[in-house]
Amino acid sequence: MAGYFLPRDLHPGAWWVWALGLAVAATRTTNPWLLLTIVAVAGFVVVARRAEAPWALAFRLYLYLGVMIIAVRVFFRFVFGGAEGSTIILRLPEIPLAGIRLFGDVSAESLLGGLYDGLRLAAMVICLGAANALANPKRLLKAMPPALYEVGTAVIVALSVFPQLAESAVRVRRARRLRGGSGRRMRVLQTIMIPVLEDALSRSLQLAASMDSRGYGRAGLVEARARMWTGLMMIAGLLGVCVGVYSTLDGSTPRYLATPVLIGGTILALAGFWLAGKRVRRSRYRPDRWRLPELVVAASGLGVAVVLFVSSSFNPMNPSLIDLSWPALSWEPLAGVLIGVLPAFLTPVPEPAALEVA
Amino acid sequence: MIELNRVGFTYDGQATPVLSDVSLSVGEGELVLFAGQTGAGKSTLLGTINGLVPHFTGGHLSGDVSVSGVSTSSRPPREFAHLVGVVGQDPLAGFVADTVEEELAYGMEQLALSPQVMRRRVEETLDLLGIADLRRRALRTLSGGQQQRVAIGAVLTTHPRVLVLDEPTSALDPTAAEDVLATLARLVEDLGTTVLMAEHRMERVIPFADRMVYVPGTGGIVDGTPAEVLLDTPIAPPIVHLGRLLGWDPLPMTVREARRKKLTLGPPPVRSVTVGERLLTASGVVVRYGPKVAVRGVDLDLHEGEVLAMMGRNGSGKSSLLWAVQGSGPRQGGSVRVGSADPQSLSSAEARRLVGMVPQTASDLLYLQTVEAECAAADAESGAAQGSCCALLDRLAPGISRSAHPRDLSEGQRLALVLAVQLSAAPRIMLLDEPTRGLDYAAKAALASMIAALAAEGRAIVVATHDVEFVATIAHRVVVMAEGEIVSDGPAAEVLGGSPAFAPQITKILGGPWLTVDDVRAAVAR
Repeated sequence: MAGYFLPRDLHPGAWWVWALGLAVAATRTTNPWLLLTIVAVAGFVVVARRAEAPWALAFRLYLYLGVMIIAVRVFFRFVFGGAEGSTIILRLPEIPLAGIRLFGDVSAESLLGGLYDGLRLAAMVICLGAANALANPKRLLKAMPPALYEVGTAVIVALSVFPQLAESAVRVRRARRLRGGSGRRMRVLQTIMIPVLEDALSRSLQLAASMDSRGYGRAGLVEARARMWTGLMMIAGLLGVCVGVYSTLDGSTPRYLATPVLIGGTILALAGFWLAGKRVRRSRYRPDRWRLPELVVAASGLGVAVVLFVSSSFNPMNPSLIDLSWPALSWEPLAGVLIGVLPAFLTPVPEPAALEVA
Repeated sequence: MIELNRVGFTYDGQATPVLSDVSLSVGEGELVLFAGQTGAGKSTLLGTINGLVPHFTGGHLSGDVSVSGVSTSSRPPREFAHLVGVVGQDPLAGFVADTVEEELAYGMEQLALSPQVMRRRVEETLDLLGIADLRRRALRTLSGGQQQRVAIGAVLTTHPRVLVLDEPTSALDPTAAEDVLATLARLVEDLGTTVLMAEHRMERVIPFADRMVYVPGTGGIVDGTPAEVLLDTPIAPPIVHLGRLLGWDPLPMTVREARRKKLTLGPPPVRSVTVGERLLTASGVVVRYGPKVAVRGVDLDLHEGEVLAMMGRNGSGKSSLLWAVQGSGPRQGGSVRVGSADPQSLSSAEARRLVGMVPQTASDLLYLQTVEAECAAADAESGAAQGSCCALLDRLAPGISRSAHPRDLSEGQRLALVLAVQLSAAPRIMLLDEPTRGLDYAAKAALASMIAALAAEGRAIVVATHDVEFVATIAHRVVVMAEGEIVSDGPAAEVLGGSPAFAPQITKILGGPWLTVDDVRAAVAR
C-alpha cells in the first residue's frame, strides 16, 4: 500500500477513459445542476492531479471555450428565432428572409433550451480538456499499439516542428530588421517565409538522416503479400466499425447492419492491428503500465457513465421546457457524478517537474 | 574494424568525383581525426561509414566500405545502428524525443532491447557523460555543450563499436568543447570505441588523436600519424606553423612538447593601434527576457579603427548586447549613442546606416534567387548607387559568380555576401555575431583580412566569437562577458594571455604578449 501513493505519472489512457466516461455521462442529461457538477468534478480532479507542463496549463482555455459555446448557443436563439413557448420576454423587430426568420419574439423557454443545450456541449468539451490536461499527449502517442508506432512517431516529430518553426520565424523576422525591413507586404512575407522554410527543410533532412542512422524503421523484411493482407484487414475492419456505429446510432437503418457489423468490424480491425504489431520488433523504454490506480481512475469514469445511463432510463433527466420551473435534482444521478471525483483522492500525485536551470 | 577499399564517390549531377580511389583501414579503438577544407569531402567520407552516403544522399559509390566485415552497400544505414553511432554538427536537429532520458533510450527501442537492459544502459550512460542531473530536462532547454553530450550519449547506449562525429564542437564555447573532447577521449580509453571525427579547430583534438586523415579535396587522402600528416598540409594548427617556422623536427603536437624547446626570442612585438575618435557609447545597457536578465548594466564604447572581440560562454549575453547596441533588439535600460542619435529610436533603415550587423545565422538575411538579385536589393534598401554592393562583394571575396544561388555558396562566401549587403548602407560600426562558425582555416584567414581592411578604413568592428585563435589574429581589444556582465576588458594580449581558458596556443607556449605565429615571425625576422 505504501507503494500505491508513490508520486508517478499515471497511464494517459486511464485519464482518457475517465474523461470520456464523464463526457458520455454529460450526453445523457440537460439538467444544469448535474452538468455543473460534472464540470466541477472535472475541474477539481485537474487541479488536484495535473503536472506542471504546458499542456496541463491549457485547461483554462477549455473553460473559456465552454463559456463561449454557451454564449453562442444562447445568442443564436436570439438571432434565429426563439419563439417556441408561451413566455415571451423580448420582442425584437422581425426580419423575414427567404425561408428563415431573423430576430423576432424571444421566449424564455427557447432561451433556456439554448442554455441547457450549450451547457451540455460545454461540459463535454471541458471533460475532454480535463483529459488533455491530465494526460501527457506524447506519452499517449507512445502508448499506442505497435502497429501505429510509425504514425505516432510522425505525429511526435510534427509536434516538435511547430515550436521550431515559430522560433525560426522570430529569428528571421528580427534579422529582417537588420536589412532595413521596409517594402511591400508581399515582399516582407517572402523575405520571412523563404529563410524559415529553408531552415525547416534542412532540419527535417538532418532529422531523417539521424533517425535512419539510429535504426528507425528497422523492422526487418516483411513479405509484400503479408503486408497487403494486414492492410486489407485493417481497412475492412475500420469500415465495418464505421458502418456499425452509424447504424447503431441511426434508428432507421436495418438492424442487421448494426450490432453484427459493428462486432465483426471490430474483430477484423483488432486482428489486423495484432498481426501488424506482431511483425514489429521494437521495445519500449519505461512503458506506462496499468496498475491499481489506473484501474481506479478508469472505473470511476466508467462508473459515472453507467449510473447516469441506468438512472436516465428510469426517469429522464431533462428538465421540462414546456412549463417553466426550477429544475429538480434527484440524488441517484448526483451520487453517480460524484463517483468521478474519486481520482482526486485515490491516485498518486504526478512526479514533480524537472528543475529548469536555464 | 573499418575497411575502405578503393572507394570513389560522385554526387548526382556533378562531373568530378568527391572521392576517388580512397583506401583506408581503421583498427579497433583508434581515434582518427579527419581534417580538410570545407567541401573537400570530409563529411562525405564519414557518411560512407554507416551508409548514409549513398543510401541517403544519392550519388554513385564505387569500391567497397565495410564495418566489422559487413559491407554498407548490402544494407541501409538503419541496419548499422548497433555498429556505428553518428553524431552531427547540430545536435538539436537530430533529436527525436523531447527529454534527455527518452532520447538516450530511442536507439535502444529501435533495436528492441529488453526493458531491463535499456534501464541499466541509460543509467550507465548518464553517469559516463556526467549528465545524470539533466535526465528529466527537456532537450530544448539545455546548453549547446549539454546537448552535444546528450547526442553522443544517445548513440552510445546502443554500444556501437564505431563513433562518427562530424564537427561535434563547432558551435561550442572553448570550455564546453573541452568537456566534449575529454568525454570522447575517455570513451576511447575506457570502452575501446573507435572514434572518427572531423574537426576544423584541430589543435584541440590532435593531442588525443592516434591518426590523422587529411582530405585535400582532390579526391585522395593523406593518412598517417598527426606529426607525419602535418609536415606539409596547407591547413595546420598554430603550434605546427610555429614548429615549421622555427624548423623544429619532429614537429611538436602538444603545447607541452613545444614548451620543452627552449626558445630565445627578441622582445615581443607591440600591437600598436591608432585608435581614433569614439564612434559609439553605450552605458548601463540592460536586456531582459521576462525574469531572465541577459545583459546587466553594461558600459561599452567603440572607437574608429578598432577591432573588438567579445568572448564568453554560450548564453553569457554577447548576442543580446550586440542586438541591443544595434537597436533592433530589446533594451530595457541604459543608453546607446552613435554621435547624437540612439539607434533604437530610429527606423530600422536609418539604424543600419549607423550600426550594421551580421547575425549568427547569416543566411537569415538572404531570400532571393541569385547573388546579383541580393546585391541589387541591398543597393535599393540602402539607397546606395547601383552596383555598390557588388563592388563591395568583389573586394571582400573576389570571384563569386553573380548568377549563383546564395544557398549554393560556401559558408565563407555566404558570409562575405551578407557582409557586403550590410556594408552597402555604409555604417561606420559593424557587429559580427559568431562569424567563424563553420569556417575552415582558409575562410577564417579571408575573413580576418576583410575585417582588417574594414578597420583600416576607420570602421569600428565588433566580433563575438568562441574561436580564440581567430581572436588572437584580429583583435586589438578583448571583452569577456559572463552572466550578462563584462568581467574583463583590455588589450588582446593582456586579456587572452591572462586567462587559461582563452589563451591561444602560442601564448600557452611562449607566454605573455605573444599571440600568433605572425608575431613570432616578425620577431624572428628582426
